[in-house]
Amino acid sequence: MTRRRSGLLLLAAVLVAAAPLVLPIKGEFAGSDDQAKAAIAATGYLPWAKPLWQPPSAEVESLLFAVQAAVGAGFLGYVLGRHRRVKDGNGGD
Amino acid sequence: MHIMEGFLPVGHAAAWTAVAAPFVFAGGRRLVRQLRARPEDRLTLGAAGAFVFVLSALKLPSVTGSCSHPTGTGLGAIAFGPPVMAALGTIVLLFQALLLAHGGLTTLGANVMSMAVAGPWAAWAVWRLAAGLGAPRNVAAFLGAGLGDLTTYLVTSLQLALAFPDPAGGIPAAFAKFAGIFAVTQLPLAVAEGLLTVVVINALEARGLPLKAKA
Repeated sequence: MTRRRSGLLLLAAVLVAAAPLVLPIKGEFAGSDDQAKAAIAATGYLPWAKPLWQPPSAEVESLLFAVQAAVGAGFLGYVLGRHRRVKDGNGGD
Repeated sequence: MHIMEGFLPVGHAAAWTAVAAPFVFAGGRRLVRQLRARPEDRLTLGAAGAFVFVLSALKLPSVTGSCSHPTGTGLGAIAFGPPVMAALGTIVLLFQALLLAHGGLTTLGANVMSMAVAGPWAAWAVWRLAAGLGAPRNVAAFLGAGLGDLTTYLVTSLQLALAFPDPAGGIPAAFAKFAGIFAVTQLPLAVAEGLLTVVVINALEARGLPLKAKA
């Protein structure tokens, strides 16, 4: 697959992800995991265990999610960058 | 698809843990064996794990007006077969349960079954089926990763329906309720995950990085 096609596929993925923010969609964009949690709580169920540790604020939580994504993207980029494209006449190491 | 800490009754939590444990142990053994037999796969396996790390951290908006995240497990399932994803997926779920209070230890078994077992197996099966029916490689990978993502969320919906049946409509009504929260929201995300998976698979192959399984 050419770089151009990869670029187009990436662009399509970004458009799919961004479309809901542009389209006239009503909603608070809450997390589906939290919505399921609320639906369970609405049945009167009381959780019997709590997380051992919780991020103290939404800021710290978003920091940790960003760290998770950064670590993953960093390693992925390292692997892809370490190896040259075979077609470029170099099989990498 | 994360069932939060304590949000499954004790019996259900224990049962899912018991069901998931053999998959995780078998996957861990497979992972170790593969690294020993083919050390050159080290980076590609790491890339598959890294892909799960990135995608499961991305909470994306959806057409339903709520947010959800892809899983990223289809890539590794297609590249290395589903068993190793049970191990890699569990590592990610543990990280999220311990550091992000997202998911939990009591619900780890159930979350492993949906994200690290059912999703990867569905992705692999769809990919094999599509390739066997003559679909182009990219299309097969797209369908596999996308439907694997969706399967994870349907399994979560089923797990919650089994634990919290509707007083009037029983398990089917509860499944419809939870799938209503998860499945429709997940549709565009599954498309995005399918597209990203195709891009990364092609990027790895263009660099001559070994993908064990071939369509």
